[in-house]
Amino acid sequence: MACAQGERRSPLQGNIMDYVKLINCMRCGMCLPACPTYRETFLETASPRGRVALVRKVQEGELDQSEQLLEYLSLCLDCQACASACPCGVNAGELVAEFTCERKSGTGLGFMEELILRKLVPHPDRLETSMAPLRLYQRAGLQKLVRRLGILKMFPRQLERMEELLPALPSRPLRQEILEITPAEGVERGSIGFFLGCVMSLIFSDASRATIKLLSSLGYKVITPRNQVCCGAPNMLGGDLAGLQEAARTNVAIFEGYETDYIVTDCGGCGAELKKYGHHVEGEAAEQFSGKVRDISQILALHARDLAPLLKPLPLKVTYHDPCHIAHCQGIRREPRELLRLVPGLEYTELEAADACCGSAGTYNIERPEMSDLILQRKLDNIRASGAEAVVTSNPGCLLQLKKGLADQLPGVRIMHLTEVLAMSMEG
Amino acid sequence: MEQSFINELKQIVGEQHTLSDRESLAVYGYDSTPELQSLPGAVLLPGTAEEVSRIMKVCHGAGVTVTPRGSGTNLSGGSLSAGGVVVQTSRLNRIIEVDEENLTATVEPGVITSVLHREVESRGLFYPPDPGSMNISTMGGNVAENSGGLRGLKYGVTADYVMGLETVLADGDLLRSGGKVVKDVAGYSLNPLLVSSEGTLGFFTGITVKLIPKPQGKITMLAHFPALQDAALAVSAIIAAKVIPATLEFLDKVTIKCVEDYAHVGLPLDVDAVLLIEVDGHPVVIAEEAAAVAEICRKHRCSFFQTAKDADEALKLATARRTALSALARLRPTTILEDATVPRSCIAAMLQVIQGAAAKHNVTIGTFGHAGDGNLHPTCLTDERDQDEIRRAHAAFEEIFDAAIAMGGTITGEHGVGLAKKKYLPRLVGESGIRVMRGIKNAFDPKGILNPGKIF
Repeated sequence: MACAQGERRSPLQGNIMDYVKLINCMRCGMCLPACPTYRETFLETASPRGRVALVRKVQEGELDQSEQLLEYLSLCLDCQACASACPCGVNAGELVAEFTCERKSGTGLGFMEELILRKLVPHPDRLETSMAPLRLYQRAGLQKLVRRLGILKMFPRQLERMEELLPALPSRPLRQEILEITPAEGVERGSIGFFLGCVMSLIFSDASRATIKLLSSLGYKVITPRNQVCCGAPNMLGGDLAGLQEAARTNVAIFEGYETDYIVTDCGGCGAELKKYGHHVEGEAAEQFSGKVRDISQILALHARDLAPLLKPLPLKVTYHDPCHIAHCQGIRREPRELLRLVPGLEYTELEAADACCGSAGTYNIERPEMSDLILQRKLDNIRASGAEAVVTSNPGCLLQLKKGLADQLPGVRIMHLTEVLAMSMEG
Repeated sequence: MEQSFINELKQIVGEQHTLSDRESLAVYGYDSTPELQSLPGAVLLPGTAEEVSRIMKVCHGAGVTVTPRGSGTNLSGGSLSAGGVVVQTSRLNRIIEVDEENLTATVEPGVITSVLHREVESRGLFYPPDPGSMNISTMGGNVAENSGGLRGLKYGVTADYVMGLETVLADGDLLRSGGKVVKDVAGYSLNPLLVSSEGTLGFFTGITVKLIPKPQGKITMLAHFPALQDAALAVSAIIAAKVIPATLEFLDKVTIKCVEDYAHVGLPLDVDAVLLIEVDGHPVVIAEEAAAVAEICRKHRCSFFQTAKDADEALKLATARRTALSALARLRPTTILEDATVPRSCIAAMLQVIQGAAAKHNVTIGTFGHAGDGNLHPTCLTDERDQDEIRRAHAAFEEIFDAAIAMGGTITGEHGVGLAKKKYLPRLVGESGIRVMRGIKNAFDPKGILNPGKIF
């Protein structure tokens, strides 16, 4: 294993998939300052180039897939800030996620994963029903009682963590409430297929309601197919590639049944996944679907000139947090800021390190609470320094994470989805 | 490495700051240098200078080698260790003091270069060295490698700013050299020896650097030249006109094509060279200097010249230069970035040598870099899986280095010798040069435990 100092290496000549992506990393270290976990630890094993090297060494047979190695890889948030920083276009976050997903696919799903990823997530009705006891739990005042009695302390840490993150749930999921077709106001400009994310529907329904309102006000007919299923991102996280492909095929087929100019989502995570359907499954339909997908900010910014006259003064000092799935995965940074600047009376301050992860990262904040808290703390410190009264963002994971963080440390600061701010300004 | 010895090291820095698992050793087996790797025996992250001293004492006693490491971004293999102890400076990251009366800053070695920039600039002061990796490179690493950067032409390199050093020697003893005084002729000048010693003479635990007032303004300009010779002559003419730009950067034809393919910034593909020029200082002075630069570029038949009206436009003009490395690096899997440096009057001749060597050995080399100080970055785009192409790339570089030496230049302007350029150093400094350097090494480190195998 040990080789002489500075020995020139003779790398694999083999055809292992993605090997070229791995060797494209020139180890320059430009990713290091961008990586949240490297900034906290200054350890190569917790850095993007270190992770690429670990995966590469497994592929080359120099390292085994040891528990230690997987533990190092699992510290990655998959925020993909490294991809934005990389001069050679290497996406270390994605490579690690693919590697982990492949490995998990190889070992098969565990009982809980099978239950959640195959039996629950792909079926909106079941998912919504499973949330019903939670809603009841909150409404009956049990949540307060449980919190006060500290009953959760008796349960594993992760459960306690999940409970803490859960905000007040709307009385019914949005999916059950909204019309399948919302007509355009005034002259119809076109039709939009609205992809309603699970968490948006279940928890942040006000924001998605605002999204639909904004789109229809701008002259779009908004079609929200009721039978659409989860985007499949949780399957990817859980290593369930087949489940992800199933979700992709189902959604592509459903949206193919409607005439749409764009497919729009107000969930950064869904948007990033939907744009990759063409990559995940074969066929022209999936490619066309992905080609139509836009984040809500992209569509609204496209019509900024028409949106501006609809907005009324909203005296609020805000800052914007870039969700990783929007800034790093989709490269969208300009549009949300432009939209906020349209609002009369709104005072916009740029957040220091605005595109640094907030530590939410899917279920990372539940699985790696210590690291997640360190990363969240930096974000909260920057928010405090910005002096903003409200933090605007556009991804449910960030909304949940920041909501909890702000409640704990900066109770005067609100967290809002971009479309909520715009709709609020529109309503006056 | 023996477990009992690793346990002894753990006693010094603590369990949590001692890494010896296979995975950690594997990822500390490289830095930013292409093609090189070697496995250390352990990696330590000390938290105080005293811990560094104790590590050195223990290793000195046991005859175990020590290699200092900052963020591992050096380009000459300088932070690699074969079976020894790697000591990472990341926890020694305090800015100890910014002394506004004496215009100095004192830092620990793990302070990130751009963190120091921000700190001093918030006080209206300026620390000019700005290596390409400044957002993650450490001050300790910058001093050890004598890092340069884009502002070298006007402001010099790291060595020009180091005033005082606190160095742990091979046996663990502490050496203090220099300080906050501008004039100091007491005994040998040790700072210049220690700067660019690449971790072979000592381990820096404290660094005092000189600061200057922050320039009040900056003007950014971009010029396209259909003929390479005209661009090179324009560079010399600008300096001859007594204008010293802060930045005078160059892109060659191969780089221009790559940048345009990748970033679509509107560069014409029929020009041979692009110059990015920035003058900084007092607003009245830089306005005059910018006018002079424009005049010189026009006289030298530039086909396009633009002066940025504001910061946004300046950023736009600088895009081509900023994306040069990315654009080149994306083309092929392996990117070998070199830093042959010549007197600036030889830039045109050097570019011809580079083009000739690339053609002769059938490899793709794009060149960009700091034209103003003769420090070019010929960048070979290759694939490490193609052993024959790699061999040809090294053959081309050998010609380039030999030509640089013949022109009175050097084999490395800012990356250091390390492992990567060992074989070329004797050609540059000769037998007597190597003999004197070895003598200095022996005076500092008779047992040869500090970063062995580097430089010579």
